[in-house]
Amino acid sequence: MARIDLEDVGHRYAGAADAWALRPMTMTWSDGGAYALLGPSGCGKTTLLNIISGLIAPSRGRVSFDGRDVTALAPEARNIAQVFQFPVVYDTMTVFDNLAFPLRNRGWSGARLRQRVEEVADILELRPDLPRRARALSADQKQKISLGRGLVRPDVAAVLFDEPLTVIDPHLKWLLRRKLKQIHQQLKLSLLYVTHDQTEALTFADQVVVMSQGEIVQVGTPEALFETPAHRFVGHFIGSPGMNFLACDWTAGAATIGGVRVETSSKQAPPAGAKLSIGVRPEYLELAPTPGANCVPVRVAAIQDQGIHTMVRLEVGASFAWAKLRTTSAAPTPGSAFARLPPARCALYADERRVA
Amino acid sequence: MRLSGIHYRVGSELWLEDIDLSLAKGGINVLLGATLAGKTTLLRIMAGLDRPTAGRLLAGDIDLTGVPVRQRNVAMVYQQFINYPSLTVYENIASPLRVARRNEAEIRTRVTALAETLRLTPFLSRYPAELSGGQQQRTALARALAKDAELLLLDEPLINLDYKLREELRAELAQLFADGRTTVVYATTEPLEALQLGGYTTLLAAGRVLQSGPTMQVFRRPATLAAARAFSDPPLNVIPARVDARNHEAVLPDGVRLPIAPTQASEIVLGIRAHEFSLAGASGLTALSGRVELAEISGSETFIHLARDDARLVALIPGVHDLALNEPCTLYVRPASLYGFDSSGRLLFAPES
Repeated sequence: MARIDLEDVGHRYAGAADAWALRPMTMTWSDGGAYALLGPSGCGKTTLLNIISGLIAPSRGRVSFDGRDVTALAPEARNIAQVFQFPVVYDTMTVFDNLAFPLRNRGWSGARLRQRVEEVADILELRPDLPRRARALSADQKQKISLGRGLVRPDVAAVLFDEPLTVIDPHLKWLLRRKLKQIHQQLKLSLLYVTHDQTEALTFADQVVVMSQGEIVQVGTPEALFETPAHRFVGHFIGSPGMNFLACDWTAGAATIGGVRVETSSKQAPPAGAKLSIGVRPEYLELAPTPGANCVPVRVAAIQDQGIHTMVRLEVGASFAWAKLRTTSAAPTPGSAFARLPPARCALYADERRVA
Repeated sequence: MRLSGIHYRVGSELWLEDIDLSLAKGGINVLLGATLAGKTTLLRIMAGLDRPTAGRLLAGDIDLTGVPVRQRNVAMVYQQFINYPSLTVYENIASPLRVARRNEAEIRTRVTALAETLRLTPFLSRYPAELSGGQQQRTALARALAKDAELLLLDEPLINLDYKLREELRAELAQLFADGRTTVVYATTEPLEALQLGGYTTLLAAGRVLQSGPTMQVFRRPATLAAARAFSDPPLNVIPARVDARNHEAVLPDGVRLPIAPTQASEIVLGIRAHEFSLAGASGLTALSGRVELAEISGSETFIHLARDDARLVALIPGVHDLALNEPCTLYVRPASLYGFDSSGRLLFAPES
């Protein structure tokens, strides 16, 4: 296992001279960490993964593993393991031989080999299948073998996963997510996981790297991404529905919506000339029939009982917002009302970024 | 439209069995069921693409059974976005209007209005290949709407889109159909989608109708355990219990007691929907302890998988909660939020709404 450093690494694909697929960035991936790269298609996450694995040579910058420059090295020379979207297994081999393959390639044999294969097979609940030919197994089982092959070598710098649960039946996904978490706890490998699925990323990773348009917009714990999005994109992308952004003004040292002063968790003044908004999650907006502190006048435009919660569509000045209410709270009525923005649960955003 | 005693047989397999169903005119009719429940087969019969083995399809007093699709006023949108690749977005949307020989001014008005509603205005001169998946599916939807058919059939139209687009389009669709001009049939595998669309829901399983009615009523009062399971996501939590008839209590295998509505049954199955659990205790709540199998974080919610001796539970808790594997954990539930089913799966009691 290794610490991975990216220094001023950026990439442009040939023929796209002015567009960065990955904007130059510097980042350290700690040894033994579980990271997810999360973003919509085209955000640059696969480019970043391929730069780390060596499938792509970056247009600029330096990649090093534990201080050793590997920028020019091919994937085989980087000592990494990879798991792809679709199972990569040898159908004619047994499950045991499939799992043993990467170890035998490195000269492992005998009891040491058997012990390691069995350890990984136990974690993945493949032990009873070890003597079976891979051909006979379901797609889910085969993907488990692929995971096992990625995880079997204890000496890899990192294991890279590229949307590995794509072929897994939706009902079984949580079981494999659990496996991956368990694996990280037990085997202490450095894991990098690329996905567009927020549940996958947030469940798996200690640190989630959110990407948008070739840029890393936030690196943080799942809780930080939900509670304190650093960028409007993160607020929008994480959560369903995403964060509300209410247009606001800056008057006499305070954020105001329609003249009403709104206190937020942001302590600093926003830069002059920036487009300002207040971000607040639908879960945290509270509705009240009468005005009060940090309450802005709203119009309740639509109320939808969705069984497990009630969604309320609000007009707040020129902005729209969703409030997500527990079904146990009192149902609102259409028309004029007030929305309270709990100061600790909302923040000021200048253009795209959260104001500290 | 009404379906009466529809059977559909393929070889020796019965794909649809005795389907009786009335569609709410001008409303959203959701067909909710797992893969292979018979949703697509039923849609194809409604469209006139397939002829039922037995049964009748009626529109008012007119028998539509066997009337081919071309002679019906029907539009259909499939899972895969289907557009004419050589036509611009504008011409794709305009195509049914051209077939109907509308004049140019009318076509322009209609296409412009639909593009505005489906947020396609900036892309009207582009070709489908130059669009994102969501834009392509919106184009397919706009074309289906341009037809102004009396019946619009949507077969999991959002399944191939990423979740953010799905979220946005779902909210738009409900608004789009709110005018009541079109009878919409919407097939989906996702209970949440049915809840967001509202309207009416028919639960399908293994080619049969489990239950049908206004969406919220079917959700809140499933007639059977099978219906409750079909309309729960995450899965319905099910715990077997003994009834202490004297005290009106359900007794779980580990001795936990919960007050329940009076019942004659001695053995029952308790059903708890995942969102009814909370992590904070309060008076009147019952505690159910276990060990965390996994805390899945969806963004704004956490699914806690809890292992107990008598059951595996899944709780849907608002917010982000990072719980370690195997950590002891207690979930709390209001006894009044429990469903009870008898040994044959019939509903005994449901939460008051």
